[in-house]
Amino acid sequence: MSLNETLPLLVLASSLLPGLIIFSLPEERHILRSLFNLAGATLKLLLIVYMLWGVLHGEEYVFRYTMLPGLDLLFVADALAMLFVTLSAALWFLTTLYAIGYLENSPHRSRFFGFFSLCVTATVGVAMAGNLFTFFIFYELLTLSTYPLVVHRGTEQAMRAGNVYLTYTLGGGALLLIGTVWLYGLAGQVEFTQGGVLAALGPEYAGQLQIVFFLLIAGLGVKAALVPLHGWLPQAMVAPAPVSALLHAVAVVKAGAFGIMRVVYEVYGVEFAHALSLLLPLAVAASVTIIWGSLRALFQDDLKRRLAFSTISQVSYIALGVALFGPVGTIGGVVHLVHQGIMKITLFFCAGNYAETLGIHKISEMDGVGRRMPWTTVAFTVGAFGMIGVPPLAGFISKWYLGLGALEAQMPWVLAVLLASSLLNAAYFLPILHRAWFRPRTETWPEEHIPMQKGRETAWLLLAPPLITAAATVLAGLFAASAISPLDWAKLIAAREYLRWVP
Amino acid sequence: MFDPIPWLILSPLIWATLAFVQGPGRGGRLAVAGVALQLALAATLAQQIIAGGARVYAVGGWGAPLGIDLAADGLSAVMLLLTQAVALPLAFYARAYFAAHAAPLRYFWPLTGYLLAAMNALFLSADVFNIYVTLELLGLAAVGLVAVAGGAGPVSAAMRYLLATLLGSGAYLLGVALLYGVYGSVSLAALAPLIAADAPTAVSLAAALMLLGLMLKTALFPFHFWLPPAHGNAPAPVSALLSALVIKASFYLILRLWFDLFAPIASVTAAQFLGALGAGAVIWGSLLALRQTHLKMLVAYSTVAQVGYLFLIFPLATGAAAEVAASAWQGGALQAVAHGLAKAAMFAAAGAMIAATGRDEIAGLAGVATRLPLTLFTFVLAGMTIMGLPPSGGFSAKWLLLGAALASGQWWWIVVMLAGGLLSAAYVFKVLRQAFLPAEEAAHFKPLPRTLEWPAFLLALASLLLGLWASEMLNLLGAA
Repeated sequence: MSLNETLPLLVLASSLLPGLIIFSLPEERHILRSLFNLAGATLKLLLIVYMLWGVLHGEEYVFRYTMLPGLDLLFVADALAMLFVTLSAALWFLTTLYAIGYLENSPHRSRFFGFFSLCVTATVGVAMAGNLFTFFIFYELLTLSTYPLVVHRGTEQAMRAGNVYLTYTLGGGALLLIGTVWLYGLAGQVEFTQGGVLAALGPEYAGQLQIVFFLLIAGLGVKAALVPLHGWLPQAMVAPAPVSALLHAVAVVKAGAFGIMRVVYEVYGVEFAHALSLLLPLAVAASVTIIWGSLRALFQDDLKRRLAFSTISQVSYIALGVALFGPVGTIGGVVHLVHQGIMKITLFFCAGNYAETLGIHKISEMDGVGRRMPWTTVAFTVGAFGMIGVPPLAGFISKWYLGLGALEAQMPWVLAVLLASSLLNAAYFLPILHRAWFRPRTETWPEEHIPMQKGRETAWLLLAPPLITAAATVLAGLFAASAISPLDWAKLIAAREYLRWVP
Repeated sequence: MFDPIPWLILSPLIWATLAFVQGPGRGGRLAVAGVALQLALAATLAQQIIAGGARVYAVGGWGAPLGIDLAADGLSAVMLLLTQAVALPLAFYARAYFAAHAAPLRYFWPLTGYLLAAMNALFLSADVFNIYVTLELLGLAAVGLVAVAGGAGPVSAAMRYLLATLLGSGAYLLGVALLYGVYGSVSLAALAPLIAADAPTAVSLAAALMLLGLMLKTALFPFHFWLPPAHGNAPAPVSALLSALVIKASFYLILRLWFDLFAPIASVTAAQFLGALGAGAVIWGSLLALRQTHLKMLVAYSTVAQVGYLFLIFPLATGAAAEVAASAWQGGALQAVAHGLAKAAMFAAAGAMIAATGRDEIAGLAGVATRLPLTLFTFVLAGMTIMGLPPSGGFSAKWLLLGAALASGQWWWIVVMLAGGLLSAAYVFKVLRQAFLPAEEAAHFKPLPRTLEWPAFLLALASLLLGLWASEMLNLLGAA
């Protein structure tokens, strides 16, 4: 086996093996555990940097194993895969750091970090899957490995959330399975190919292909939290903050959105999907989700719950970008995959900091928190402004391209959706910022766990990750035009997906 | 060339008899050695079949019609391998399990030996009467094993089981008699062309009787009444053997009869009817599993449900295009093997949990996630096959069956399979959910020996890896 074949496997193993080792470690060996965690995360990042360089220079990283005749396990590290792999590996590294700080002295850490590593392994598998079957395998593994994290606290509420989570995701998995089997029956192995593969089927299959598309998108829409399949996400916010960060920014929700991308661009092919008039319904579903999520977010007092509804709305920007026919819309959707990740993880890190440091869970308890925890609140502010789409932050870049894409696709009504959503984003984020920065503190903090020490507002491990991601939010916006920005990579992907349309 | 066929039957007979002579509760070590030898024999046979095709062995040098023929093809080799591969870890497990129990169970090892001998002989039989003899032996050994622990519950369950199994073999024997009356032969190889040439009504009646008897023994819905008490009340190693292997033996015979012997008279209506019973088993078994409050009863009802999937082969493969039929048939065989490995692991894990907590209710499992992580992990891995989640063997099986259902346009079986998958997820997670709860204050966990945890884990791991190595198994299966 050559190095190029082994590399995708090594990327998987760099989190799978530490995960399995961590399971077997006794609870009190926390230094060894952290060592394995960080070594795995660092190794993964190094491997990925090497592969990124290779993909830019036209190297191909492909691993194939035949499970059954006509059924291959296939890993391909193409441009789109690398985008998602890089995002999740980088954010995994930060989330691990954060989780080590967050869970200090709490019980069952071996179990937690074990499943944490499995979860990232599944995400990387989803990203590098080279056909629909491999994608499905890791999509289901992701469900299994996140369940123990959602119910980690073992409270009645967490158990209920776990049940809801399973009901939704396993149901979605079943739909995805039928769609996949159906497509394999029609077209053989459905490998992800730039420009899509199904256009080769004759027009007599159009009806079936439309049904299959509906099944696949419904299956993926559960994880991507498309309305009305979003019910699990706000419930799952009972999980510890690092898990929420993982669910919302790195793994689960992203896996759904990423799957929608793969199906539209590399299974159907965006032009073929357009010809089958599948894109408009998707755009409508995404738009409804964007507005509905934002509206619901307005009325939440629980900070993490508000953020959860905000995720529902923001992730659908990605689906919306996919549904806008034309390369500019594609760029907007693809780049938002990264931008939403770094912004939302910042917000969840900060929410975790408020809860862990001062016991603040509700927005109504946040008066004056900016003075007690200025750095966390700065990071939160950057994330929130990014979500609203204030230039020059990352969220602005996404919205700009989505808007242009809407015009290009001749769907001007999408502009109204974007505008309404931005207003709603402002309406649910600005009051939080106002409370945090401008309201004076009148009472004591609900539960102060970490006292102020020498000007340090909370533990370093809790503070550094949100500051780094907030900085990334600023940089991704400011240097969007540079050669190594997510935007540039998104342009590369878009250029490859449109066969006839290259701008 | 060394011929492993007779030794596969003789080896368990020998060590069972020695164990009986050695006295109550002894002979475990011998059994482990014997089963390990059988596993090597089965593997040798499998290699010979892959290399040289199906084999016939004439006992004592006297071939049919005067003597008894033994025959082995791909399917028999797969079943033989499965039997020994499940029995070996369970032998280790049983030694640890019975060491922990105060009264050593007297006839466990001899009965297990006779059970394995009967099963191996059944997979190697080449005539319908010989099959009857092995079926009867198998049934009696299995009933003995259920009753081995003594006490009111196991004994009444064993009586019910005895009744069912005798009724089943009786119906089967009646069918054999009819066949012999019509054709004057009992050899499978001789009967097949005769039935294809001319089949009077009596043959259809014979087929119906034989299949009915075997369905009763396989515990296909609605004949499943005897299975949950028998499998739920027996000691854990026995439950594992019965659920994983014994019911597969009668299912194997149904496959043989349907596809080899009665293929010319098999109608699509009958196949759809069998499929409908299977669908009933999947739904009804899963619903009842979900309602159980005792861990082993839940696992036992899960067997009722999983048996249902096996019967989906018949509507999918009968009267369908060759490619679809092959896919359905491979999927069914894979499901039988995957379920065998996973169910043995699941019962063994359940037994370990019950031994550690001292309680057999699901409610008593709180804290298992922290105290018995390996055993819970075993349960999860086995559960993945039961739920049909990738990349397990159960998933590959389901994939093939789903593919066959789509290709032949029989969407109603797809609905059944998906509903069954979701229901099984519900009952597996019912256990997991409880295990993740914090332990009760009064809960007392007995420490477990490693040999009670690792064999189950290896079985579960095998059921998972089967998904990745399925093409090897299908190769062997296809070797004619």
